[in-house]
Amino acid sequence: MSPRAACRLEALGYEAYDYVDGIADWKAAGLPTEGTAEPKQRVADATRPDVPTCRPDETIGVVASRVIQAGWDVCVVVDCDAMAIGRIRGPGFDADSERQAVDVMEPGPSTVRPDGHLQPLVDRMHNRNAPHVLVTTPQGRLIGILIRDEAARLLAGETPTQIWRDCAGCPGRWATR
Amino acid sequence: MNRLVTDIDRSQLLRLIEDEDAQLVDVLPEPEYVEAHLPGAVNIPLEHLSAETTGVLSSHRPVVVYCHDGL
Repeated sequence: MSPRAACRLEALGYEAYDYVDGIADWKAAGLPTEGTAEPKQRVADATRPDVPTCRPDETIGVVASRVIQAGWDVCVVVDCDAMAIGRIRGPGFDADSERQAVDVMEPGPSTVRPDGHLQPLVDRMHNRNAPHVLVTTPQGRLIGILIRDEAARLLAGETPTQIWRDCAGCPGRWATR
Repeated sequence: MNRLVTDIDRSQLLRLIEDEDAQLVDVLPEPEYVEAHLPGAVNIPLEHLSAETTGVLSSHRPVVVYCHDGL
């Protein structure tokens, strides 16, 4: 539909462009829209962008030191294109300090999109005892992490400033890295 | 002779909005536009696209059209 519209606009003398992925892509990226659609809390509203990341070739010793110093217990392994390719947590940090992240990580962790509704996701995470989930673009680029307990507090009515008072850029004001 | 229409992705769209004050045109049917549209977009459904209905647009700024998902 939009290619035809762009062609018509060109014919009418406008400098026209076609945003081919449309509003579906815009919403999937968690960007705001206008309109009458009932506002519901979405995954982006509870996504924090400050989760530690590392490269696949970094050693566990270096990664663990950085992650623990930052007060986290999870690290997302991202490739050169910011694609989330793995996750390191718990016992992974106790591996031989010279091993590379790619050899220790859990490959292909579950991810969700930022435009999904928050409540059903938190319900599913509770049922599966999942403390967190990675949030990515539809293409797999890391956006951040959603921590179930924080999301539950948001759903219970706490304000973002109460929940994320120490997190710069939280919640939801993320950018694709 | 008209140039070929340029397909853009989200990052290019954001750059056009930021740098060139691009105008957004939602070509979906009005009920869908009313429900949700990109901030600042005007609604000109495809079947109504004409010299008259596009009169609200400036010819000095880029125009970006979009629908649901390109299908």
